[in-house]
Amino acid sequence: MATPAITTATKRMTIREALSQALREELYRDDRVFLMGEEIGVWGGTYAVTRGFFDEFGERRVRDTPIAEMVIAGAAAGAAMAGLRPVAEIMTINFAFLALDAIVNHAAKVHYMFGGQFSCPLVVRTTTGGGRQLGATHSHSPEIIFAHFPGLYVCCPATASDAYGLLKTAIRNDNPVLFVEHSTLYQKRDEVPAENPDYTLPVGKSNIIREGKHVTLVSFSKGVHICLEAAEKLAQEGIEAEIVDLRWLRPLDTDLLIESFKKTNRMVVVEEGHALFGVGAEITAQVTEKAFDWMDAPIKRVTTIDAPLPYARDIEQMALPDASKVIAAVKEIL
Amino acid sequence: MADLSKEELLDMYYDMVLIRRFEEKSEELYQQGKIGGFLHLYIGQEATGVGAIRALRPEDHFFTAYRDHGVAIARGIDIKGLMAEMLGKATGVSKGKGGSMHLASREHNFWGGYAIVGGHLPLATGVALKARYNNEDFGVLCMMGDGATNIGYFHESLNLSAVWNLPVVWLVENNQYGMGTAVERASGVKEIVKKAAAYGMKEGPRADGMDVIATYDAVKEAMEYARKTGPVLMEALTYRFVGHSMGDPERYRTKDEVREYQEGDPIGKFGAALTTKRKAKKDELVALDKKAAEEVEAAVRFAEESPEPVYEDLFRDIYV
Ligand SMILES: Cc1ncc(C[n+]2csc(CCOP(=O)(O)OP(=O)(O)O)c2C)c(N)n1
Ligand SMILES: [Mg+2]
Repeated sequence: MATPAITTATKRMTIREALSQALREELYRDDRVFLMGEEIGVWGGTYAVTRGFFDEFGERRVRDTPIAEMVIAGAAAGAAMAGLRPVAEIMTINFAFLALDAIVNHAAKVHYMFGGQFSCPLVVRTTTGGGRQLGATHSHSPEIIFAHFPGLYVCCPATASDAYGLLKTAIRNDNPVLFVEHSTLYQKRDEVPAENPDYTLPVGKSNIIREGKHVTLVSFSKGVHICLEAAEKLAQEGIEAEIVDLRWLRPLDTDLLIESFKKTNRMVVVEEGHALFGVGAEITAQVTEKAFDWMDAPIKRVTTIDAPLPYARDIEQMALPDASKVIAAVKEIL
Repeated sequence: MADLSKEELLDMYYDMVLIRRFEEKSEELYQQGKIGGFLHLYIGQEATGVGAIRALRPEDHFFTAYRDHGVAIARGIDIKGLMAEMLGKATGVSKGKGGSMHLASREHNFWGGYAIVGGHLPLATGVALKARYNNEDFGVLCMMGDGATNIGYFHESLNLSAVWNLPVVWLVENNQYGMGTAVERASGVKEIVKKAAAYGMKEGPRADGMDVIATYDAVKEAMEYARKTGPVLMEALTYRFVGHSMGDPERYRTKDEVREYQEGDPIGKFGAALTTKRKAKKDELVALDKKAAEEVEAAVRFAEESPEPVYEDLFRDIYV
């Protein structure tokens, strides 16, 4: 893995633009890279990430598919095994359940199962998250289900610069990566080192996005922004929260978590999935095993409540994590 | 029109108009932020929904996808409960938990709208199994979009229904696009009914889905066959006049194409047929138009005055 080159030139862009630019550059860089998925071509991408690509690259590289998640993921896995570099798009992660077998039983297993004879350099891009009144089947945040399985990487960027670098990392990596974008973050902006087309970030390395000494907030994807909002409010009361943006659920950067915990001795894990067997559960177990002596308070979790998400707006919002819930959790353990 | 009384014909006309008004109102409420989430309108497809649902007997069952308002209305479900659901109210048919895409009414044998493309096909297979299992005389109508015929669920469900001779009519509402993908860009078989051959299933007709009576006749015959003999795959050829859902940029089709279909508006066509065949007078139809608008207004009032679900409701109905 290339170490990230140091660039000073950056450009302010949205996550959507950053993803779009990363894909575009990778398409130009390597003819083996191609895109396939529902509505990515003529429509321009459901979240407009591939807007204009169909005209720019043509239908050889930008391939509209039928509504057929099983074969989107499965055929992309096969093409990857054959040496191409597909970036398959599953419109939303809710539909990735239909592709679960192709991703988990095939993409993630062929390398191991056949003694290393095949590799599967596949990227499956998809989008996650609730809060848009789409009802119980369309509002899942099930990243953790995919992160359960060895053989697959799961990447969940929270910022535009990370989205840019991590997507390139995922495409250039020789392993299958589930790349999970958040449906409510596409308009988030920050500085992207876009002058460097080879900007990549290491696999499985998390990022301390804010330093602090009183408590460690751990999250990924949209949860990072919830933590940032909470941290700002806490700072006004003199509480300095450190925020670890996981970036990857697998590999999980346990070392960085432990390092931060040893400094703050307190931790709150924030995730949009449910609590039971979730990211917080796993991190709590690891920190307890590896840093029990540094623990000043129980580790807290802020998650979506233990119920499916409803359509009705107000109660849906009540069900999801937010900054006030994070602040309350921090205050319980300080 | 042969076996339909004047009253039935006017009822069908009324349902089509009621659907159109309901959909127009929904669009308005969406723009005001009162309806949220995804909203898929049925404008243009009214003849398909009304023709098909009217062809069912009360004891028959039916399923559809997320474009579900029209068939719910055609089945005679009170639009107050439907509109309340769209507004996410506790008085909605799904208690505000489902929204536009997930309307259902158990007492009407309407098993719901389903938002995972193809997800309801195996469920319909299972309900149809009960008819054979208990030797009951009902059929199942399973409606789906053209796009759904390319998903794995389609293959597995149709095949099993054929193997077990289940009383299902698989009705493809072929509106020519799945989101922005035209049928011929998504399906190897261009005439969808031909897919029946792959399952040794009866190939049904490609009914004119813009003609409510043609759809009614075709579905009625297919349901009779299904109840007695086994599954049928049929199409209703139709067209949606509006975007796939709200905010569709419609880059995949031309305005001219839409205009051309709008000229064959199913409601206008049916109204004209009723008057020329002397089944109804012009002012009878005008009165029905007015009544539909009033019924929609009353439903909106009911929905707006209804209470919101509360926090505790989040935990209700998770388990029996
Ligand atoms: C499994 C799955 N994949 C993708 C989607 C996103 N999606 C929603 S509607 C739709 C198009 C369906 O087209 P069609 O079946 O023709 O029905 P229509 O909207 O035309 O009524 C797609 C791709 C989904 N809901 N479920
Ligand atoms: Mg369609």
